[in-house]
Amino acid sequence: MALTDQTVLQFFPLSTSLSAKVHPLVIFNICDCFVRRPDQAERVIGTLLGSVLPDGTVDIRNSYVVPHNESSDQVALDIDYHHNMLSSHQKVNPKEVIVGWFSTGFGVTGGSALIHEFYSREIANPVHLTVDTGFTNGEASIKAFVSVNLSLGDQQLAAQFQEIPLDLRMVEAERIGFDILKTTAADKLPTDMEGMEATMERLLALIDDTYKYVDDVVEGRVAPDNTIGRFISDTVSSIPKISPSAFDKLVNDSLQDQLLLLYLSSITRTQLSLAEKLNTAAQIL
Amino acid sequence: MATAAPSRSFLQVAATEEAVAPPLRVVQIEGLVILKIIKHCTECSPALVTGQLLGLDVGSVLEVTNCFPFPIREEDEEIEAEGANYQLEMMRCLREVNVDNNTVGWYQSTILGNYQIVELIETFMNYQENIKRCVCIIYDPSKANLGALALKALKLSDSFMELYRNNEFNGEKLREKNLSWVDIFEEIPIKVSNSALVSAFMTELEADSPVNQSDYDRLKLSTNPFMERNMEFLSECMDDLSMEQQKFQFYYRNLSRQQAQQQAWLQKRRAENMARKAAGEEPLPEEDPSNPIFKPLPEPSRLDSYLITNSVSNYCNQINSLAGQSFSRLYLMKALHEN
Repeated sequence: MALTDQTVLQFFPLSTSLSAKVHPLVIFNICDCFVRRPDQAERVIGTLLGSVLPDGTVDIRNSYVVPHNESSDQVALDIDYHHNMLSSHQKVNPKEVIVGWFSTGFGVTGGSALIHEFYSREIANPVHLTVDTGFTNGEASIKAFVSVNLSLGDQQLAAQFQEIPLDLRMVEAERIGFDILKTTAADKLPTDMEGMEATMERLLALIDDTYKYVDDVVEGRVAPDNTIGRFISDTVSSIPKISPSAFDKLVNDSLQDQLLLLYLSSITRTQLSLAEKLNTAAQIL
Repeated sequence: MATAAPSRSFLQVAATEEAVAPPLRVVQIEGLVILKIIKHCTECSPALVTGQLLGLDVGSVLEVTNCFPFPIREEDEEIEAEGANYQLEMMRCLREVNVDNNTVGWYQSTILGNYQIVELIETFMNYQENIKRCVCIIYDPSKANLGALALKALKLSDSFMELYRNNEFNGEKLREKNLSWVDIFEEIPIKVSNSALVSAFMTELEADSPVNQSDYDRLKLSTNPFMERNMEFLSECMDDLSMEQQKFQFYYRNLSRQQAQQQAWLQKRRAENMARKAAGEEPLPEEDPSNPIFKPLPEPSRLDSYLITNSVSNYCNQINSLAGQSFSRLYLMKALHEN
């Protein structure tokens, strides 16, 4: 470092636009592990599994907690456990690989840097997820970080954790049960018909809202917004223009098809109960 | 599972433990388990997958607090041991992080609900030997396209289990116990519970949007492929059922023919005996066990026909509910169009 008197702190901003998507299962898992942690541990640490999508986003799909010991200056991680769980998980789903690690608690601590180093030995650029179970600042915050090395000339100084955008993404199937996932207790799973009812109510509410908005604009109570107006007109015009008779025929045909199926299934059931009566009533002479 | 009260001796508690446990009334699942099951089944569909359920058995509630999936098993000898190893390894690891280590059952995925097969019953019996109460959770990932969460908790009814253990499925025993095909499987209502932390997180992270994807799925007008598959399976099942019926017919016809033969033979014997008595000789016995027409015919087991009947009724139910939903959608369309 005898080159110049002034050495510049090399600070590499994140060159790739890395972002992460996390599935709610991971959050659930982390919270569950946090609730079950041993008494002396303040936070829980674990591995994140997932995959890297072709556009560079990290897709975090699964996680498992790894027992660890943390004191003021030392961190000990159960590496065997980590490898065991990894191999077990990969037997079920070989496409999921390590993409990073998580810890509960707000912000990044000193011990986290060491753990991050360990994980960067496993994969190239691990993502560090913090889940704030303590609800500091009065809100639930989940943040994802990647570490960037700060170097002074040739020497490594420190690692800086830079935050990357995080997205909560849900698969459709999970969305369905989402209402029950939000409450602390749900007495029963919603049946199909109840789901239909709820959906129709929502549709009705949406239509009502749109009506009100249009009325308000016409009366001059609300300033008209061109984009919304265009949306509304697009939606209304997307109803296919079929003549009433053709439409009626369509609807009636479908109705009749469904009725036919209903009839067939009722006949089958009658047949079943008859057959059963005959079978068991048959006496051996 | 119950801790001994200090005033009673261990023997007393053990004795009362043997008494009939309260019947299982509800299965309480945690949201975490549901998410895991959904994820595993949708990832591997259309292959059928299974996994283990862990939890606690408390009174009349069976709590399921965690689960882990099983790797897809190839048909190979050595993989059997590997499967058992995997299970032990997972249980050990989970125990280290304070997860309930108690097996309470298993889950499996299904396509359109054709899960009533003999293997299910055998698995149940296997589990029942080790655990007092176990459930099987069935999840149907194909229903997710229609916006429905198809999760069911099943267990075998007790009367059925007794019969199966003794392996008697003929008509008399079934009539005695008054067991019909409805009584084989019992469906148990499911309750969902979440820890407060998790529900706080979820409520915060995912604001209540007015409409979500499941609404779009439910209002989809094209349920035809689904119905078609249902009908296909239904007709296959009906074919199987009619085959079973034919087996029974065959059996009854043979039985009546055998009885006619027996009667004829008996008449002949009696006539012979009369002749012999008249001639002063010893009468011959009226029964002859060595004669093949006296051999009792084995009655075909009714287990298969019961299972098939179960499947058929399941398909019918599904068709009914689908048709009902289609009606509502069609009427909705009609009303919208008129406006």
